[in-house]
Amino acid sequence: MRDPSTDSRETLPRESSGESSGRSGSGVNRRDFLRGTGAAVAATAMVSQVQETIAQEKKKVEAVAPAAPVEVKLTVNGKEHTLQLEPRVTLQEALHHDLQLTGCKDVCGAATNCGACTVIVDGKPVYSCATLAIETVGKKVTTAEGVAAMEGVSQVINAFVKHDATQCGYCTPGFVVAVKAFVDKNPGANLEQILKGLGGNLCRCGTYAGVEQAAVECCKGGK
Amino acid sequence: MINFEYAQPRTEAEAVEFLQSHGGQTAVLAGGTDLFNLLRSDLIAPKRVVDIKRIDSLKGIQQVSDGLLIGAATTLDEILASPLLSPYHSLRQIADAHHSMQIQAMGTVGGDLCHLPNCWYFRNGYGLLGTVNGESLAADGRNQFHAIFGNRGPAMFVSASRFAPALIAWGAKVRLVGPAPDQVELMPLEYFYVNPKTDKQSVTVLQPGQFVTHVWLPAVEPTSPVEQLSAAYEVLQLEGLDWPLASAAVTLGVSAGIVREAQVVLGHVAPTPWVSLDAATVLMGREVTVELAESAAEAAVAHATPLSENDYKVSIARAAVKRAILKAVDMLNV
Repeated sequence: MRDPSTDSRETLPRESSGESSGRSGSGVNRRDFLRGTGAAVAATAMVSQVQETIAQEKKKVEAVAPAAPVEVKLTVNGKEHTLQLEPRVTLQEALHHDLQLTGCKDVCGAATNCGACTVIVDGKPVYSCATLAIETVGKKVTTAEGVAAMEGVSQVINAFVKHDATQCGYCTPGFVVAVKAFVDKNPGANLEQILKGLGGNLCRCGTYAGVEQAAVECCKGGK
Repeated sequence: MINFEYAQPRTEAEAVEFLQSHGGQTAVLAGGTDLFNLLRSDLIAPKRVVDIKRIDSLKGIQQVSDGLLIGAATTLDEILASPLLSPYHSLRQIADAHHSMQIQAMGTVGGDLCHLPNCWYFRNGYGLLGTVNGESLAADGRNQFHAIFGNRGPAMFVSASRFAPALIAWGAKVRLVGPAPDQVELMPLEYFYVNPKTDKQSVTVLQPGQFVTHVWLPAVEPTSPVEQLSAAYEVLQLEGLDWPLASAAVTLGVSAGIVREAQVVLGHVAPTPWVSLDAATVLMGREVTVELAESAAEAAVAHATPLSENDYKVSIARAAVKRAILKAVDMLNV
């Protein structure tokens, strides 16, 4: 799998009818240019059409990753990593097992049932156990380790410490990431909004009161 | 979770093509919040997973001449943020009632509509009908979360979709493409759902190689003399990650205080979303009062057929209908 940010597909006309679809693609521009140049155009256009068909076929092959290890480039906490992963590998597995970012935990083992694997992908909190690693190619992933390293975010972690918001610790990294994502989006939220926003994370020890207080403090203090 | 190919189509046609391969042993990936649960429990074993999130036409909400088109890959937080959907109160209420930022960021409208039942017999490998040697496990087993309507056939599970009742109450249609390359269908959402009679059937009419691309909603005319009101009321046991025990959605057309049009649809009470014409009939031509809402709610559950352990769901469904009606006309004080 290649990195879409360097992928030429965006600039190629998608359909064979792409001729009329505007001037955004390089192929379209080339054709617009050729259209005005007289008798030699027809043959050249045919060649370019054949090239395009080949390009489209290639695109289709590229659009399907086989059920075998493929190259997956992940951008995690600002660093780029190139891994060989089967498509079935979830983002949680890639982060925890391949990149040793062990804050990102699979706790419920069932997908979307507990929130301990929460990471931020392109600014949004997601369950990494219900996301394939290969889906996040070209996106920015932030884990609890990344949150801890961010400037100014020690506030979230300090608030967790201050309000004793952790017991056994399994849910804590997911909660820290969730609180960070929530506070970024809702810096002035009240308790009701906090409870609703953080409903996607579970704590088996029951340290909710501490987490709530930590989140309240972060919301009061801005980011 | 068995290994699979991963396909990333850029157009609907490409998606249909990719879904056709391996004799249709493929699965659609949108938000993934249901699919990964099914994959990790080995309840499905597709040869190929087709990720539809990169198809531009499936994302976002657009105005069309006679209403709105919601792309199947539109997420719940996009529903909440869309000014185009602001007249459709019930839809926003349901997106808002998902008390999980993660589900709101990941979950899609199409995924919600196609969500498979949460019946524990199904989720533990006994099939949609939950049977062992042809005997239903739910019929005489632990059925406290099962159906109180439409349960006289072999299916006892409840439809999982949270948006379907509200969308059906709005008269929504669903657009399907495939399995043939140029096949497109637009059908009332109500007809999309199936109460399976055999283990060969699923919960929707979708065939292998076919998928939901859009939901069409009729336009709401702000200048119309008939005001379009709507509300949804879901009853959940937990505050966070949980599914409704029962829900109700209503859409009312009100003119000079009198109900001129009414749709009442219950959720999580039957193997399909459950339309109550009886409740709608009670509301027609009347002014909404607490007593009228109670009568409509009574009518909605009058023919319920609860199982051995879920009598309580009848009361919950009744309360949900009453409260949804009162909420639609802004008379709910709880």
